[in-house]
Amino acid sequence: MPERTVVVASSTGLHARPAKIFVQAAGKQGVPVRIRAGEGKPVPANSMLAVLALGAKHGTEVTIEAEGPGADEALDSLAELLARDLDAEENSRG
Amino acid sequence: MAETLSGLGVSPGRAAGRVCRMAGPPELPAPSPVTDTDAELSLALDALRATASELAARAEKAPDADAKAILEAQSFIADDPGLHESVETSVRAGRNAAHAVDEACAHHRRALLEAGGYFAERAADLDDIRNRAVAAVLGLPLPGVPDPGHPFVLVAGDLSPADTVNLDPGSVLALVTEKGGPTSHTAILARARGLPAVVACRGADDIGEGTWVSVDGQLGEVEVGIGEEAAVAVQRRAEDERRRKATSRGPGRTSDGHPIKLLLNVGSAADLAPMGHAPSAEGAEGFEAEGVGLFRTEFLFLDRREEPAYEEQVAAYAAVFRATPGGHVVVRTLDAGTDKPLPFLGLAEETNPALGIRGLRVSRVRPEVLDTQLDAIAEAARATGAEPWVMAPMVTTVAEAADFAARARARGIARVGGMIEVPAAALRAGRLLEELDFLSIGTNDLSQYTFASDRQHGELADLLDPWQAALLQLIADCAAAGQAAGKPVGVCGEAAADPLLATVLVGLGVTSLSMSAPGVPAVRESLAAHSLERCRENARLALATDDPGEARKMIASDR
Repeated sequence: MPERTVVVASSTGLHARPAKIFVQAAGKQGVPVRIRAGEGKPVPANSMLAVLALGAKHGTEVTIEAEGPGADEALDSLAELLARDLDAEENSRG
Repeated sequence: MAETLSGLGVSPGRAAGRVCRMAGPPELPAPSPVTDTDAELSLALDALRATASELAARAEKAPDADAKAILEAQSFIADDPGLHESVETSVRAGRNAAHAVDEACAHHRRALLEAGGYFAERAADLDDIRNRAVAAVLGLPLPGVPDPGHPFVLVAGDLSPADTVNLDPGSVLALVTEKGGPTSHTAILARARGLPAVVACRGADDIGEGTWVSVDGQLGEVEVGIGEEAAVAVQRRAEDERRRKATSRGPGRTSDGHPIKLLLNVGSAADLAPMGHAPSAEGAEGFEAEGVGLFRTEFLFLDRREEPAYEEQVAAYAAVFRATPGGHVVVRTLDAGTDKPLPFLGLAEETNPALGIRGLRVSRVRPEVLDTQLDAIAEAARATGAEPWVMAPMVTTVAEAADFAARARARGIARVGGMIEVPAAALRAGRLLEELDFLSIGTNDLSQYTFASDRQHGELADLLDPWQAALLQLIADCAAAGQAAGKPVGVCGEAAADPLLATVLVGLGVTSLSMSAPGVPAVRESLAAHSLERCRENARLALATDDPGEARKMIASDR
């Protein structure tokens, strides 16, 4: 199954606004995406509660996976999102 | 027939109107067998969706960005596919809709708590969603502040921060709660908004919806079952009073001209600006206070996983110094500990945080945090030309005071003081003043430690009444030590905002009173109506009276 492993770049981790942006983006993909932290159990990436419960902080390694048509594109765009510091982008916008 | 209920008056003022009750969390009925699984599932999911839309609608109307973000996140969670999936699993396992919602929320709540840290803080969101969705399933009134479309007196068991986020000061006339104490969230909110409030009011739970009541937030009395006409008269008088106070100006003094500095408790420069406006030079002047008596610096540190940088601290302190006309600012260094956790401090969990590493004691384990803060305060003072007074929270011994004073003075800070919150310090006030230039009495913590009563404990609210003679005795001793040394002793706890108690404090020899801004006009007016001799008489009376309620009534009726 296609997957990508990324280090969470947002300074608050997958929490608050960064978590919301990621979960909303995951929900808009054409394929179901799952996410796990380290060797943990994969959970649906479109569930805020599941994503928060990963406890993924800044620097935590997470893996996202998906299968089916468009899976690779979906994973690429979500991996790109995780690798950005979404908190900093918020701050720079004031 | 009107009946009078008594509680603790925690925010002065009078108001009257019809009662609206806030529904408590819904209770789960006994489990019932499910016959139509699909119908039960739609009932549960519809309730969650309705909860999500209602929260989204409240977010739209939220008064500020923080409240909006909290409500939006809650709405998002109520719509969470993971939550809906758990509800489905529960229904398929034979639970009815109410129990399935409860079980699903409990499941995710546990998962968040296990994730720990700031992830665990979201667990409270699930409680709110659970209560709303379960009420929706059962057809019960939604928990939360009601919106009857007319002004009302809000009656509740107790109020949580979430309940009060959307509290509309235009429609809520007064607050009455069955539980809560003088330092409960309800009390603090009421004082901040200038709403009359009575807490720990036995019998409040039995006041019927729509009953006309009048509330006296000074005496702690609620008159139940008055007529509409009487209510209108009370409201008219309260309105006149408010108008008169809004025009009150000038420094604090007794009727015979004895000066008492009236100061503000603030967390940042924003608190010095008129509501909703940018900080400006006329900030504190708008409230007609004579400076800042308590600048709580921990507000800068909250929610931070890393210590705010030196430069950021300098900028934040300088902003407060600039926003304060005349520049009189009393800065309290970081007051944190395991009861007010700051993640970056990395303090260990304690079984009894109120008695652990907090206040100045944090400096035992992280001395560099205080040193950086003192450096930043000194630099902000140099940059702005201000001469801040700097004090440490939770000073306990003379040695601690001496150490703090040495560190502050080494950086050029001229006026160094300490907070009196621990009885040990109050008992040694005279010796402390040999090391320090001033004292400021934090009555909330001093009550808690003197009466061995948790500030949040509703059952013990009467022990935390600031009119308790033992508390007043400790204040009297500190004030006397101050007079002997010729050094200022102020009060910066919530007790300072009680207009009647203010006369007692002045009579005890206190030299300044610091409070949140809405409290200033009523205190100024009360002092202006009493001579210093009268204040001393009130102080003698209060010290001699064992029962705090009786002391309050005697002095009130004597006015």
